[in-house]
Amino acid sequence: MYSKSISELGAGLRAGEYSSIELTRLFLDRIGRYDGELNCFITLASAQAMAAAENADRLIRHGDAGPLAGIPIAHKDIFCTDGLRTSCGSKMLDSFIAPYDATVVSRLNAAGAVMLGKTNMDEFAMGSSNETSYYGAVRNPWDLNLVPGGSSGGSAAAVAARLCVAATGTDTGGSIRQPAALCGITGLKPTYGRVSRYGMIAFASSLDQGGVLTRSAADAAVMLQAMAGFDPRDSTSARESVPDYSAHLDAALAGLKIGLPKEYFDQGLDPEVARSIELAVTEYRQLGAEVMEISLPNSGLAVATYYVVAPAECSSNLSRFDGVRFGYRCDQPRDLEDLYKRSRGEGFGAEVKRRILIGTYALSAGYYDAYYLKAQQIRQLISEDFKKAFEKVDVIMGPTSPSTAFALGEKAGDPVTMYLSDIYTIAANLAGLPGISIPVRPVAGRPVGLQIIGNYFQEAQLLNIAHRFQQESDWHLALPTGY
Amino acid sequence: MSLQRSDVENIAHLARLAVNDVELDAVAADLSTILQLVEQMNVVDTTGVVPMAHPLQMSQRLRPDEVSETDQRDRFQTIAPATEKGLYLVPKVIE
Amino acid sequence: MHWETVIGLEIHAQLATRSKIFSGASTAFGAEPNTQACGVDLGLPGVLPVLNREAVVMAIRFAAAIGAQLQRRSIFARKNYFYPDLPKGYQISQFELPIVGNGSVEIMLADGEQRQIGVTRAHLEEDAGKSLHEDFHGLTGIDLNRAGTPLLEIVSEPDMRSASEAVAYARKIHQIVRYIGICDGNMQEGSFRVDANVSVRPQGEGLGTRAELKNINSFRFLERAINFEAERQIDLLESGGKVVQETRLYDPDRDETRSMRSKEEANDYRYFPDPDLLPVELDDAFVAAALAAMPELPDPRRARFSEEYALTQSEALQLTASRELADYYEALVREAGDARLAVNWVTGELAAALNRSGIEVTQSPISAERLGGLLRRISDSTISGKIAKQVFESMWGGSDSAEEIIESQGLRQITDADAIEGIVAHVVEANLQQVEAYRQADQNRRAKMLGFFVGQVMKLSKGKANPQQVNELLRKKLTQ
Repeated sequence: MYSKSISELGAGLRAGEYSSIELTRLFLDRIGRYDGELNCFITLASAQAMAAAENADRLIRHGDAGPLAGIPIAHKDIFCTDGLRTSCGSKMLDSFIAPYDATVVSRLNAAGAVMLGKTNMDEFAMGSSNETSYYGAVRNPWDLNLVPGGSSGGSAAAVAARLCVAATGTDTGGSIRQPAALCGITGLKPTYGRVSRYGMIAFASSLDQGGVLTRSAADAAVMLQAMAGFDPRDSTSARESVPDYSAHLDAALAGLKIGLPKEYFDQGLDPEVARSIELAVTEYRQLGAEVMEISLPNSGLAVATYYVVAPAECSSNLSRFDGVRFGYRCDQPRDLEDLYKRSRGEGFGAEVKRRILIGTYALSAGYYDAYYLKAQQIRQLISEDFKKAFEKVDVIMGPTSPSTAFALGEKAGDPVTMYLSDIYTIAANLAGLPGISIPVRPVAGRPVGLQIIGNYFQEAQLLNIAHRFQQESDWHLALPTGY
Repeated sequence: MSLQRSDVENIAHLARLAVNDVELDAVAADLSTILQLVEQMNVVDTTGVVPMAHPLQMSQRLRPDEVSETDQRDRFQTIAPATEKGLYLVPKVIE
Repeated sequence: MHWETVIGLEIHAQLATRSKIFSGASTAFGAEPNTQACGVDLGLPGVLPVLNREAVVMAIRFAAAIGAQLQRRSIFARKNYFYPDLPKGYQISQFELPIVGNGSVEIMLADGEQRQIGVTRAHLEEDAGKSLHEDFHGLTGIDLNRAGTPLLEIVSEPDMRSASEAVAYARKIHQIVRYIGICDGNMQEGSFRVDANVSVRPQGEGLGTRAELKNINSFRFLERAINFEAERQIDLLESGGKVVQETRLYDPDRDETRSMRSKEEANDYRYFPDPDLLPVELDDAFVAAALAAMPELPDPRRARFSEEYALTQSEALQLTASRELADYYEALVREAGDARLAVNWVTGELAAALNRSGIEVTQSPISAERLGGLLRRISDSTISGKIAKQVFESMWGGSDSAEEIIESQGLRQITDADAIEGIVAHVVEANLQQVEAYRQADQNRRAKMLGFFVGQVMKLSKGKANPQQVNELLRKKLTQ
């Protein structure tokens, strides 16, 4: 039951085989049983979930329920949820009860989805292993000694361990795709502007994009359908119309042009991961796709560029956490400066402070041109690389992550090595392009993700390409042992 | 670019972050390593390249001038660390 | 040594929008603390700014009003600094590409000389909240109602050379923003704030180090603050000291400026384009629509008044000082049909009465329509100018029309020649001695003496006798 797809569960609910209350209780029980070791959830919303399930059951009985009605999901704890703690994985917001719902949350509520709780994450979404969370690391259900990836690690591990049907996430430099890859699930980062950022606590505003972590592309299509679309409260929200994502899933792939960037297969890539990617590409050839090598000449600079742009924006975005109107405030401040410095110094963890400092430096007088402006120029070059590539190919494929999940603590002491975990995912954020990661052949029992990057607003095509692969393979159905 | 303790102190002050003396050297070393990574950017000549501030080529949408928000002070102030008579309290501001 | 003062002004005009620049919260003045600060204004985690159309429209109008270059593409940037009245830790402003570029205004000095003052730029930004220092056991209270109110910051060139020029320029900008309806100009409430950059230099040399003067909330204080500061700098330099670049607060009670120590540290605002907002791009249609309801500006209106209503320069200047007064005058001319009579009344009785009550023309208890009714009664000789003043007083205190007051108080002028003759005859009878003296006098003296008889007749007629007829009849009777 807990491994069923959204459409199967929806059919069962509508047929009256089980109720949303039963379904919700089932998942809450699983959380109770497994989350002690996994640490996927920061806050559970059991009572609200049961009430929402009851409401969904009523809608279903009246026959006016959509495909998500009664389906238990989880939200990354970066999305504001009215009346429920929204911590962003930080001590800074440990006591922050959001006074409003993020647009993503209100849209999924309106679709009848049942929120089980808020998932663990790297503090303020800054991290690639979920180890920077104030609430402790999340463990990978495939091996409890491994990281689940980050920053949406709690969502990824929860979906992989079937603690919820689907979960929301956010992706600033790979934070949906990389944990999806490391946990063996499907993760979709839509085009920048496709999903409203209103109510999603900002890390780097020009890169952040909300998306989904699911067990299949078909489930991702249903989730995205409810989340996507113009929002008047977000100036960067696109006015593009939203297609029917589920309707395109089965389209044939004959003639599809796939580009493999040679830069994504260089010496930094684990050879076994490379092999898994090649096998997946072979599968696509058999489905009628045409595969060719392409070049994204500036992709090697993506990480460097990102570590200027993202920290610069974050240094400013996180200034509002000052201990005055909400959030952590230090004890007995001596004066105003002390209030600011200690509230922020004590409320933020090491990685967040590191990025604030780097970003402050990159924007400061005398360094702006050398760092921030330069990064924006290279961002332009990276974006142009993609534009040229999409003149020749429909989609770009490659590994999501250079290696499989690494051990907890392995990279925690070395920020730069950690940053390189996102070497293949960051460029899509800089350009604002959509990307999806889907599970392919694992290596030594550890999941591997294939990343597919599409052109702007081509989420339907990405879901179609991912779905066709999932029709031919069953990597996405694999369940970690013990769950 | 390698950062010194004093550089870190200056940046930390701008960012209003307390960094204690013991941590300063370690933070300076971490930041210097990150800056080395970042300086890979210098291999590319970007003369004449238009900086890209934003991924999409869109212009700012304008909102009609309407009052759409209602008073939620009580709600907003239940999550505030210190308030009195509807005001947020901070240590004395000296002008 | 001859010192020259160099002044540039930064004016913050609060735009008269209903809602804030980036949120739907009200901008109304005087609400209970923090009741008009919504999630966006408080900088809650996750909220986002969306730009108010009307603020952009107002900036476009201002650009047109000062003949400035309107930037068809402008960018919002973040100015980063920590302060309790700045909720997000940054102010959304414009830095590299402001919406209004170079322009200028013409000011008129006391001696009638005109000067061009350059406007470097004007940009849109959000206002900060307010810090309140009283009554919180040593703490400061923060009210964020004002946070997010739209401001147009108007930056002048350092083109002014005296405090009076600076005041003339500030008044000119004040007049323009009120004319085009983008700012209520209320300096007490802080809707129109002026900061002055003041430096001194030996005549003909390069610019000296400047000080920025803040906390100036009237034109009078602007003049005083600049004068004090220029003298302070000259004294300092003449005694071998150096001027420090700093922000100084003007203290109106002591009439001096003093250093604002808390802001002395070198600021590094780390401006960068706000990633939450996109470039503002204005097309022809939008600009045309913004300018469609643009009112006539003060300078052209002044010129037209002189011409059309045959006014002197100073009358035209006075009547066009505010759009409301100019509108009142034009409405009155339409009602009364006599531009000369109208200007005399508006600058005379009406101005004096408004001044006495301390109110603006918009609050005048006598509308242009009612006053027009009164002036018509003067023109058609129903009442004399003197009686009209009495009627005006009654109108000020009540709601009756001039007509009603004239009738109810029986003020209609006596024009019946027999009636006036009767009174004249009575006066002559009662003052035979004076009549005799008049008859003995020469022409010059007679002219002076006539006033006595006129006064007697007017007194008996309770001022209602037609003065011209009285004059004529008296002259005839006295020489008979």
